[in-house]
Amino acid sequence: MAHGIAVLVEHLEGQVTDVTYELLGLARRIADTDGAEVVACLLGHGVRHVAERLPADRVVLVEDHALHYLAPEATARTFAALLRGERPWLALVPNTAIGMDVAAWVAAALDWSLVAYCQAFDRRDGRWVATAQLFGGKVLADVPLGSDPVVVSALAGAFAADAVEPGPPGTIETQEPPAELATLRTCSVRLERPEVADIDITRAEKIVAVGRGIESKDNLELAEQLAEALGAVLAASRPLVDAGWLPRSRQVGKSGLKVKPKLYLALGISGAPEHLEGMKDAELIVAVNKDPKAPIFTVADYGVVADLFDVAEALLERLEG
Amino acid sequence: MTIVVVLEQVPDVVEELSLAPLGTDLARDAVSYVLNEYDDHALEEALLLAEGSGDDVVAVGIDTTGELDQVLYTALAKGAKRAIKLAGDFEGTWVGTRAAARLLVPIIRELSPRLVLTGVQAPDDLDGQLAPTLAALLDWPHASVVIGTELADGAVRARKELWGGLTMHLELALPAVLGIQAARQTPRYVPVGRVRQVMREATIETREVEMVADGSPRVERLRLPEETAQAEFLSGSPADIADRLIELLRARGLL
Ligand SMILES: Cc1cc2nc3c(=O)[nH]c(=O)nc-3n(C[C@H](O)[C@H](O)[C@H](O)COP(=O)(O)OP(=O)(O)OC[C@H]3O[C@@H](n4cnc5c(N)ncnc54)[C@H](O)[C@@H]3O)c2cc1C
Ligand SMILES: Nc1ncnc2c1ncn2[C@@H]1O[C@H](COP(=O)(O)O)[C@@H](O)[C@H]1O
Repeated sequence: MAHGIAVLVEHLEGQVTDVTYELLGLARRIADTDGAEVVACLLGHGVRHVAERLPADRVVLVEDHALHYLAPEATARTFAALLRGERPWLALVPNTAIGMDVAAWVAAALDWSLVAYCQAFDRRDGRWVATAQLFGGKVLADVPLGSDPVVVSALAGAFAADAVEPGPPGTIETQEPPAELATLRTCSVRLERPEVADIDITRAEKIVAVGRGIESKDNLELAEQLAEALGAVLAASRPLVDAGWLPRSRQVGKSGLKVKPKLYLALGISGAPEHLEGMKDAELIVAVNKDPKAPIFTVADYGVVADLFDVAEALLERLEG
Repeated sequence: MTIVVVLEQVPDVVEELSLAPLGTDLARDAVSYVLNEYDDHALEEALLLAEGSGDDVVAVGIDTTGELDQVLYTALAKGAKRAIKLAGDFEGTWVGTRAAARLLVPIIRELSPRLVLTGVQAPDDLDGQLAPTLAALLDWPHASVVIGTELADGAVRARKELWGGLTMHLELALPAVLGIQAARQTPRYVPVGRVRQVMREATIETREVEMVADGSPRVERLRLPEETAQAEFLSGSPADIADRLIELLRARGLL
């Protein structure tokens, strides 16, 4: 498949992740233009049933106990071996906690170039151009792709999820795992589930979300009051959770939770791609940030360039007064 | 034994960024550099590990900004035993991840550490993550998005964060490479006076290196995403803005 497109299928506990379908849709769009074959690469353990729902021309299935949770070393080595055999033009990998450990490893091992943080993929002047995000989403880079093989790791939520329907592939082909899996230096892998949270922000209709602009833990009280006055729940960007100011269950974004409330009021959040991933589908997004160039304004419906404390206090006064 | 931590300065993204006339780089003169925040976490995690194990932490960086000394002295002040700077003619060059990895491999081999920690990612490169890239070149096991580590007999236990609070626990045989997302505790603070003292007493080891071919993709054009900004901006006094917002929410039945 000289022009083939390989997609790394991300799944966990039998569930294929949304970003996988987004990438299969993107692959289909490219393949339809180029007349290429879409190959879904399904690595795992006991996942044959998953193959039946993958809309691709062909699924290559590699099963081994070491691939159970798609742990970094086993997955990277197996995917690289698979690509060596298949020789596609393009390998699409989700830019997720799982894919990040695979894309760069595979690209370095095969000496292919890599475009990471890809958020758009377009045909311009007869060639494909991948657009990647840099500097926390403040800059976009257009990268033309030539005919050399390339790994592209794409952001979750960037490509249409409904471009393909889950459905059976053309063919399913089983391959033996590479011999290297017998000598892995990753000795044990297990999953730990999150603790049950006091509040489920994924079910909230209204969310007030605060970011590093809130400056200190003490200032959270103002945000808490505002949330209460609006009938909303309080959520946060990652740094606040890392600092221990709010529990992990309140974190919105890539490594946090994906939310889709009717109202998302973002206070002092810059809108890094990892944050946007978790909230850009909210029905109404209002962002307050003193930086007019903050990327949060690329997804907001309404923007306020101001000090969040002034706006929050004025809102509270109106709502409580 | 040695734990290497790789440190990098990146443009402060909270500030305004503008593009250089050619459109393929930032206007570097206008950029202020800060330590990549995840590197601060990587350093913290390295120091915490070393406090328990007696390892020496060695801070290593590629001086792409000409200002790396500050970062390395701070690392020494925080407890790193050695600081090594890879210096070269990087002016006007973008040192991508693959190139950085190729520059770092020789010094890592020389130091032969049992663990290399990097920040999980930096915002200034296109070609993915350094930790897995180094792992591929060194042929060591790896994990990124790590939020806690522990040294065990000949191995390191790492907690890798997936999403929604789901965590993968891994045990990797040493030597290994980890990309740190967050240290077990907030990175320590070191008073400026202590850094100044270290600047007088300690030295940074400098190694001259030549830029390597990097195999990075070619950037045709950088652009600012404001072309796609869609927000309608509300202006006026805070009171005016509050009135408008409440009106908007009422109109949508959200209040
Ligand atoms: C693998 C990975 C996963 C990640 N997962 C997540 C995730 O799940 N969720 C997440 O949020 N992040 C995540 N991140 C981190 C993400 O990249 C950003 O670092 C983070 O979202 C930044 O948070 P912030 O916007 O609060 O802070 P900053 O980027 O520091 O932004 C603060 C903003 O506040 C504004 N501000 C400051 N003071 C005021 C004021 N007084 N009034 C108004 N505005 C003010 C500033 O202009 C700035 O825009 C992840 C990163 C990685 C590498
Ligand atoms: N040019 C570089 N110089 C020094 N360290 C780097 C460089 N590029 C990446 N790193 C290190 O790798 C980490 C992750 O960057 P990356 O994975 O390349 O996005 C950074 O936080 C640094 O620890």
